[in-house]
Amino acid sequence: MTATVNVFLKNGVLDPQGKASHHALDSLGFAGVSDVRIGKQIILQLDSEDKAKAETEVKEMCETLLANTVIEDYTIEIN
Amino acid sequence: MQKSLKVAVLRFPGTNCEFDTQYAFEKLGHTTELVWHENEKLPTDIDLVVVPGGFSYGDYLRSGSIARFSPVMKAVTAYANDGGNVLGICNGFQILTEAGLLPGALKRNNNLHFISKHQNLCVINNDNTFLSKCTKGEVLNIPIAHADGNYYIDDEGFKKLEENKQILLRYSDSEGNPVVVNGSVTSIAGVCNENKNVFGLMPHPERALEAILGSEDGLRMLKGFEV
Repeated sequence: MTATVNVFLKNGVLDPQGKASHHALDSLGFAGVSDVRIGKQIILQLDSEDKAKAETEVKEMCETLLANTVIEDYTIEIN
Repeated sequence: MQKSLKVAVLRFPGTNCEFDTQYAFEKLGHTTELVWHENEKLPTDIDLVVVPGGFSYGDYLRSGSIARFSPVMKAVTAYANDGGNVLGICNGFQILTEAGLLPGALKRNNNLHFISKHQNLCVINNDNTFLSKCTKGEVLNIPIAHADGNYYIDDEGFKKLEENKQILLRYSDSEGNPVVVNGSVTSIAGVCNENKNVFGLMPHPERALEAILGSEDGLRMLKGFEV
């Protein structure tokens, strides 16, 4: 089973990397981009066969280590 | 007669300011002991734990996020909860916020640069051990050297910091007016916990010990722990 975790800065927390990339896109003439946010994707290979259990475990991993919930939100997708 | 302090200086893989930190406290007449991150206990009879600067675990994932799970951090947390003084400098500050011993978090600098320079700091509150030898409103000149020093805290947390006088230092000009250095909320450079026994700052007081090298203001900060 594979868990895909996306970690992003929370809405309202300024994302310096996103802002710089947005500015660069503007400078290159790419119009129509209203916002850019940069996060990270963490892909976990899991031994578990139980999707619900895996989700609980990955959530705990996110809360403990993978995300800093003071500034970051995360999403989990399990396949 | 001033008591000589016993200072524990932590060392993680990637720490690089541990010897400067030892030098600083020894220059002030105190004894120091390096403590490896795998130790489950701190030395006995210590007066202060310093989490020094560097790049623990290569700053992988987030600065400080892996170091906080080192065995020694359990002992540091217990020591802090028991009222012991803990000081985190730069990466040490990041580790203490990741460990939840200090409020807020440190993000990438708003200009995405690693900023390394001497910087003026304004003392915001001095009714705490760390800055007890400094004057409120005075300007100190201390080097900074970081990529992730952009202090963030939400509005509610910020209100608490202000009410409890937990804001220690702000980046400032030579007159003490706040300046934007790395994007920190209201230019915050250092904070303490509610009980005022855990302190964190991005600037490096251990690099400001000799006037001939630019500043000796760091000495006065570190002297705060003397009783």
